[in-house]
Amino acid sequence: MLRRTAIGSTLALAAALSLSACGGGGDDEGTGSKTIQVTLANHVWTENIKAALPEFEKATGLKVELTQLGEDQLSDQYNVKLNAGTSDLDVMMYRPLQEGKLFGKNGYLSDITEDTKGASDWNWSDFQSGPVEATTYDKKVVGVPLITETEVLYYRKDLLAKAGYTAPPKTLDELKEAAAKVQAANPGVAGFVARTGKTAAVTQFSGFLYSFGGKWADDSGKAAVNSAEAKQAYAYYGGLIHDHGPKNVSTDMSWPEAMAIFTQGQAAFYTEASSLYKNATDPAKSKVAETVGFAPFPEGPAGSKPYNVPSWALGINEASENKANAWKFIEWATSKEQTLANQKAGVPGARTSVANDADATSTYPKDLVEAAKAGAENGVGFDRPQVVKVPEARELVGQPIVDAITGKDSAAAADKAAEAFQALLDDENK
Amino acid sequence: MSADALPVTGTSGFSRWANTHRKWLFASPAMAFVVVLIIFPVAWTLYLSLTDAEGSVRSEKEFVGAQNYLDVLADTARFWPAVWRTVQFTGVVLIVEVVLGMAIALLLWRPFRGEKWVRVAILMPLVATPVAVGMMWRLIFDPNIGIANQVLGWFGIPEQPWLAGPNSALWTTMLIDIWQWTPMVVLILLAGLTSLSDEPQEAALIDGASGWQRFRYITLPLMKSTIIVAVLLRGIDALKTFDILYATKGKGGGSYHEVETLNVYAYGLSFDYNEYGTSSTVLILFFLIIIGSMWALTSRRKADY
Repeated sequence: MLRRTAIGSTLALAAALSLSACGGGGDDEGTGSKTIQVTLANHVWTENIKAALPEFEKATGLKVELTQLGEDQLSDQYNVKLNAGTSDLDVMMYRPLQEGKLFGKNGYLSDITEDTKGASDWNWSDFQSGPVEATTYDKKVVGVPLITETEVLYYRKDLLAKAGYTAPPKTLDELKEAAAKVQAANPGVAGFVARTGKTAAVTQFSGFLYSFGGKWADDSGKAAVNSAEAKQAYAYYGGLIHDHGPKNVSTDMSWPEAMAIFTQGQAAFYTEASSLYKNATDPAKSKVAETVGFAPFPEGPAGSKPYNVPSWALGINEASENKANAWKFIEWATSKEQTLANQKAGVPGARTSVANDADATSTYPKDLVEAAKAGAENGVGFDRPQVVKVPEARELVGQPIVDAITGKDSAAAADKAAEAFQALLDDENK
Repeated sequence: MSADALPVTGTSGFSRWANTHRKWLFASPAMAFVVVLIIFPVAWTLYLSLTDAEGSVRSEKEFVGAQNYLDVLADTARFWPAVWRTVQFTGVVLIVEVVLGMAIALLLWRPFRGEKWVRVAILMPLVATPVAVGMMWRLIFDPNIGIANQVLGWFGIPEQPWLAGPNSALWTTMLIDIWQWTPMVVLILLAGLTSLSDEPQEAALIDGASGWQRFRYITLPLMKSTIIVAVLLRGIDALKTFDILYATKGKGGGSYHEVETLNVYAYGLSFDYNEYGTSSTVLILFFLIIIGSMWALTSRRKADY
């Protein structure tokens, strides 16, 4: 008996020694701790909410412990922590379209249907229905949409003027023609730039796909990335970058790289999310702040159909032991007041009342407001395949984009992608 | 056992027990460390590799036997190219780093003026963080605004795609690895060189041996065990390279998986695809490859001595 305790305590001591080396700590939480662990992504929204935090802490007497990470690191962090069933994560900022289905399926997100219904002042019905659909899993509300965005055309007024244009292109055909002409009139400048990375490009390509009349999967759930329309879209998007993009273009670009090329004054046209506009209009970040213009996504054969999506949402970790306080934070962070403040600071939210408030967009460039409004009216509610395994699906349907950019046979790649995507769909619907 | 036990001063059962079982007591922290941080993770990975775990490791999983291994070994789209890239990357950087490292170590061996400064300068890359190094080279090698292409331009050499080219990306990352890790090889070899005695060299000098002959027949054989240590340490590290590849090309090793080695592939499988079964299988196979190459190197070493 004694012997066993001795071995036990020695092992426990040793284990404690070796585990303490891992750092971390965080053993101060019990039920309803006064400290809320909040994990947020690097985003303008986060900066705004961070500045307003003391106000919340003062009003509620709660303490917010904030972790802030880049998109990829955030995903990895959730993967590790949620897989381990950690409770030291209360509020999570997540991407409904990227991780929503996976998290829902794994039961990582807490059901907050009651909370959203209970808070009458906060007014759940004020949230736009598209975004709400994206944060609902299996008929349960699991998140509150935070930020919405649509795809718009960024362009350089000065370069266009030099090539004899007085207005931005209205259709995809005009865009192609203008890209060539502007490039010819401005040596050393690319006509068009956009994301080129296999997975990063998928969301921005979606507007082209929809506007050509294509879909990721048809209504019966069959892969449709090899339809004639989809093939045209692939060839158009990749071809535009191949023919009129920057020289030696990398096939790894996400928005920071593509945005850098645009804001360094090296490209005339750029299709990107509206929510990133500050990067182009802020003189501290952009050399072209004075000359950048915004236009609605150009019309294709099926009209102008950019995405209009909730890019981020707030949810509560199912394993959290502090759900009531976590909800208090979400209620405050998504309140009408905070949404309005954020919208004024350039981050569009998902509340109808705020979206219709003329005052809320008074600080925006006028043409951007028009462009975003057009996107919200005609937009499609998702910008990537709607599956559980989003990262894998993005790699599959993104391959033809990269092949088109590098001048390979994108139609053949689309056939191959459809086959692989179909296999993924079949596997998920098993 | 009781013969070498110290006289017991206390009467508590624990001190009596501890006294007679000192070897277990003193070894237990290390043993616990090994169990918690090595044996358990490896065993857990092995277990996962035999299941169809995906989505979440806490969700229900089925035991599938060797199915994952059969699938992975038959995968010619991602797995085998990744194996080949791993071997290619490791082989090339290892050979270049050891040859270059040996040359630099020989140059630094004899005292000269400004020796300290040169040594510090050469060891600089070693202390930099690999991710920062990756970022730095990514800027240098940028096809449009990077300095690498500008320098080539001064010599009339056409612009290169570097990291952006599907065929040149892996070679470019090798260049970065060589830049960063050759100093470590230099450090190890230099330590070996300084511990050599001068006498065989002097004897050979008197016998009229040329510089090359002294290197080939005296320095090299004497340095053999040091070189093997350098190869072993650097080889294992090179096989496992992740930071430089991830920092320069991102997830999946680029849009065409240009620099996707086994490590990058396994990372993508678990963090992007959430396919923990397959990922564990790749990791176990990778582990076997590392153990195998270590064994091959060390068993030869034993035969020599």
